[in-house]
Amino acid sequence: MDFDVVVVGGGPAGLAAAIKADERGERVLVIEREARLGGILKQCIHDGFGVVRFGEKLSGPEYADRFISQLKQTKVQTSLFSFVTHAEKSEKGFHLTYVCKDGVKNVRCNRLILATGCRERTRNGIFIHGDRCAGVYTAGAAQNLVNMLGVMPGKKVVILGSGDIGLIMARRLTLEGATVVGVYEAKPTPSGLTRNIHQCLHDFDIPLHLSQTVTRVFGEERLQEVEICDVDDKMRPIAGTEQRVQCDCLVLAVGLIPENELARSLTVPLDPCTKGAFVDQNCQTLVDGVFACGNALHVNDLVDYVSESGEIAACGAASGPRKLLNIDKEGKLLYIVPQRLDVNAPADKVVMYFRASEELQNQCLTVSVDGETVFTKNYRRLLPPEMERIVLDLGKAATAQRIVVRLEDK
Amino acid sequence: MEMVCIVCPNGCRLTVQQQDGQISVQGNKCKRGEAFAVSELTNPTRSFTTSVRTTVKGYPVVSVRTAGEIPKGKLAELLQLCKQITVTQPLPTGSVVAANLFGTGVDLITTTNMESANE
Repeated sequence: MDFDVVVVGGGPAGLAAAIKADERGERVLVIEREARLGGILKQCIHDGFGVVRFGEKLSGPEYADRFISQLKQTKVQTSLFSFVTHAEKSEKGFHLTYVCKDGVKNVRCNRLILATGCRERTRNGIFIHGDRCAGVYTAGAAQNLVNMLGVMPGKKVVILGSGDIGLIMARRLTLEGATVVGVYEAKPTPSGLTRNIHQCLHDFDIPLHLSQTVTRVFGEERLQEVEICDVDDKMRPIAGTEQRVQCDCLVLAVGLIPENELARSLTVPLDPCTKGAFVDQNCQTLVDGVFACGNALHVNDLVDYVSESGEIAACGAASGPRKLLNIDKEGKLLYIVPQRLDVNAPADKVVMYFRASEELQNQCLTVSVDGETVFTKNYRRLLPPEMERIVLDLGKAATAQRIVVRLEDK
Repeated sequence: MEMVCIVCPNGCRLTVQQQDGQISVQGNKCKRGEAFAVSELTNPTRSFTTSVRTTVKGYPVVSVRTAGEIPKGKLAELLQLCKQITVTQPLPTGSVVAANLFGTGVDLITTTNMESANE
């Protein structure tokens, strides 16, 4: 089979990309490994999705449903229970092999949109020692158990990680009758959105312990205790501060990593800051024809922007050869996306996302083209967990040598 | 007093002052922040999301939410009510599973489109 576009992943980024590509008259196939479309949104039953896009506080499944209903009105083909096992590039485009219920299939396409989302860091990823007992879950796994399968992962829960997922699971498990002993965070400041600290922890009197982490787990068959340690300013456990906390369940909400196995197999260069691909303003990676969007590109905190990047990727069909210019970041920036500008493509409305590298007050973001400032914005307060979005007019950068995004004290 | 607006992900930090029954709010980027602060001081409300059991194949539970905000203090009662509900047929998103919660006029609605089993 031949398609103009194959979208790998049927979550929010993939759905938005597929709908947009169809709108442009392209033949589209969405390859989704699960039984239903919607990606992680299916299990995110809390509300707050779609405030930017729809001006409403939807739950995750409702947000997904808006796109799924729209997708059904299009000519987009979807293949569920399907997993891409191999991708190859040739002069004729991309050749994908995927396994599905009908067996192994091959498909060819001109453009490939990677909307593969991200995966969770696990116990091994953060070096928690101790027994190999049951009761240690990633937050997403615990969320799936509770919200999709209706099964509780434990009764007395310790949560490690104060990102949004950890906070939301603290509330969810409390609502379902578990006791959440506490949320522990190795950093000195909470990682999640401020509103979630309030509506998930404060509303339910769940304690938040900063600058502490879980270092060891104990339990013969089932988890019985975890060891908690204070950490120093480099997040290293401090000897002598160990204390034990009883629990039968440890939920790890310790970070997400963009899933880029397919990108790697296509030799797509990845940005060590985002752990996703380097892309231009159209979400096109450094490999022509391969696009990346959503959480596969960088971990977002708002799904609205995930959908937006899917749409950007879908619109990025090349009209000619690209000419890529680096967009350099300077100052206290954790990352910027995009990291490149295709000066041969329209650049009058470049959507750029960035995060500050630390909690900062009174900052000024400037974008300059060959030393000439083309954009400035002041920020009273910036936090690494809160991603910022700006729209730049870089139309004049066609003949530029250097573009710099700089964050500095005002 | 200081509070954080939870209406949207901006999480505006509000400074709220109460004087002679007048509530003045500062720090809000939009008017919803002011409404939030007033409600938080007079009658705190929340929208709630949880899930209820079903007997439908492929859906051990289905997600639900309050279609609007209900008083914060009604949460425990709401959770008890949810335990008693069983959905017995595939419902489209937005189906009412409990109407007019505690006389507030707010319904409890499903938030997942239950499609026929796909396995």
